[in-house]
Amino acid sequence: MREITVTQALEEAMIEEMERDERVIAFATVRAPALENKFGDRRVRFTPISEAAFTGIGLGAAGSGFRPVVNWGMVTFSFVAMDQIVNQASKIRYMFGGQADFPVTFRCTTGGGIQLAAQHSQSPYSMFMHLAGLKIVLPSTPADAKGLLKSSIRDNNPVVFFECSRLAGVTGPVPDGDHIVPIGVADVKRPGRDVTVVGLAYYVHEALAIADTLAKEGISIEVLDPRTLVPMDAPAIRASVRRTGRLVVVDEAPATCSAASEIIALVTEDPETFRALRSPVQRVCAAPVPVPYTPTLEQAALPDRARIEAAIRRVL
Amino acid sequence: MAQDKADLVEMLRKMILIREFDLLAIELRKAKRIYGALHPYVGEEAIAVGVCAALRPTDRITSTHRGHGHCIAKGADINRMMAELFGRVDGYCKGKGGSMHIADFAIGMLGANGIVAGGMPIACGAALAAQLEDRGGVAACFFGDGATGEGEFHETLNISSIWKLPLIFVCENNRYGAGNAVESVRRVTDIEQHAPAYGIPGVAVDGNDVLAIRDATAQAVERARCGDGPTLLHCKTFRWLFHAMRDAPQPDMRSADLLAEWRGRERDPIARFEDWLGSQSLLGPGELKTLRDRVKRDLDAAVEFAEKSPHPDPNDLLVDMFAE
Repeated sequence: MREITVTQALEEAMIEEMERDERVIAFATVRAPALENKFGDRRVRFTPISEAAFTGIGLGAAGSGFRPVVNWGMVTFSFVAMDQIVNQASKIRYMFGGQADFPVTFRCTTGGGIQLAAQHSQSPYSMFMHLAGLKIVLPSTPADAKGLLKSSIRDNNPVVFFECSRLAGVTGPVPDGDHIVPIGVADVKRPGRDVTVVGLAYYVHEALAIADTLAKEGISIEVLDPRTLVPMDAPAIRASVRRTGRLVVVDEAPATCSAASEIIALVTEDPETFRALRSPVQRVCAAPVPVPYTPTLEQAALPDRARIEAAIRRVL
Repeated sequence: MAQDKADLVEMLRKMILIREFDLLAIELRKAKRIYGALHPYVGEEAIAVGVCAALRPTDRITSTHRGHGHCIAKGADINRMMAELFGRVDGYCKGKGGSMHIADFAIGMLGANGIVAGGMPIACGAALAAQLEDRGGVAACFFGDGATGEGEFHETLNISSIWKLPLIFVCENNRYGAGNAVESVRRVTDIEQHAPAYGIPGVAVDGNDVLAIRDATAQAVERARCGDGPTLLHCKTFRWLFHAMRDAPQPDMRSADLLAEWRGRERDPIARFEDWLGSQSLLGPGELKTLRDRVKRDLDAAVEFAEKSPHPDPNDLLVDMFAE
């Protein structure tokens, strides 16, 4: 199978969906020459740096029959559009009694590890998970990125599509043709017997690398990627933990009220899964600080292989 | 514009209906027959009715927390509005929205909004949709003077100007942002002066003159349909009553003289329009009584409709969360 990067996979998804449905339109604060050349500047617009306006424009156009893909750039910039996200997008369908659909996709990069310092190294997906009414997607591979972006654009709800910055250039196999990954379905990236490691985005790859290393010691790690955070595929995560009896969750967001916390709650409040646990569950998350700039401090703030491996050894 | 009698009398009927709907809602809320918060539109009826008279049924609008007037002016069904205030399943939002979140997407009413300026980007999106559809549609967004302090006001003026969106900005300057007089929170109170800064026309209109508003809107609509972009209308009016009420209205700190001046026959938008119609021999006293009787009957029927409708079943709490 051909191998492409996450960035290439996402661009393929955009082109294919814009070809498939002329109601798909795109806005971003930076120009997208490939899309603009192909689809013209009516459907592909670059916007002023006015996140509140173009977030709400996406919502209003979605409620008026279009399927906008709004690119915030970094998730950082979404915070100046919080009224449109929190008060409008997440509530608009339900509070109006379901009388209209709002098929809008909000794309943004997320995460640290590339020395962009505090404001540009954030992983705030749990803030968005907390709002009832948004679907949340966080892929880790080029194939999942492509298949999930296509599903997000076709979904009739507001979807926040997170793109991990450190994975942009990562390559992987992507099937030819109309490759679709459904929203809400987790994926076991590596089956194993002894410990379930749930990784998010970049940390799926780190977990896989550690699983290789520990396999040499006869430790069998199952690596599970939720791929979407809302809806969370709790049955798949619980089933994995019931098989292994042990759980480590790895993410680069701080632990407090995080996706990792939510995953652990979903596991431990299920009686059957709780009884299957053989040791306390572990979170390996970022330190509760704004992500610092200089590499020594940034590495100290974010999870690393040593800490993930230590957590795995604690549950064994 | 044409002065077709039936159209003009229908405008008056809607203005009276808006006022009587809100006055009735206040009594219903005091009697605890409905819930939550109310923001009456009394005194501002000419704006919603004047603007919507210049729109097509397929044009789209966004509204504010003070939104009952916009719904009625755009053609909403008062039975379903009233059922929404009563929190019943036959309400526009099946009881999930209440007074601050009435919408009727079927008539292009994209929602009242509890956040000041929150509807402006959404209206901008509706205008973009109209531009892309290329069928001559426009969008209008209603907002108060308070919204001009929000970033969303300035962002949408700029972006709609750049993109030449078919959008009418309707500033309802009722002189108060919640409890604050407009001059206490703004150096520039001539809101239309913001328009040239964004390269679009800004027009000040007597917000209590329904025909002036209709005509100013018609010009803005014409400009929008021709592809020339948005217009900012500054409609100068006055909020007769309180900003909001829950169990009881907030005390009114304004002077009795000021209130009397604006509520007098000279300035009351409904009385003015009645008098004008009379002076043009378009409405006799008998016709006016018939109109007012009809409004009362329709409102009585709306309350009856609402009360007959059941409350939602708690088992349906999660219905409408996500689309299929």
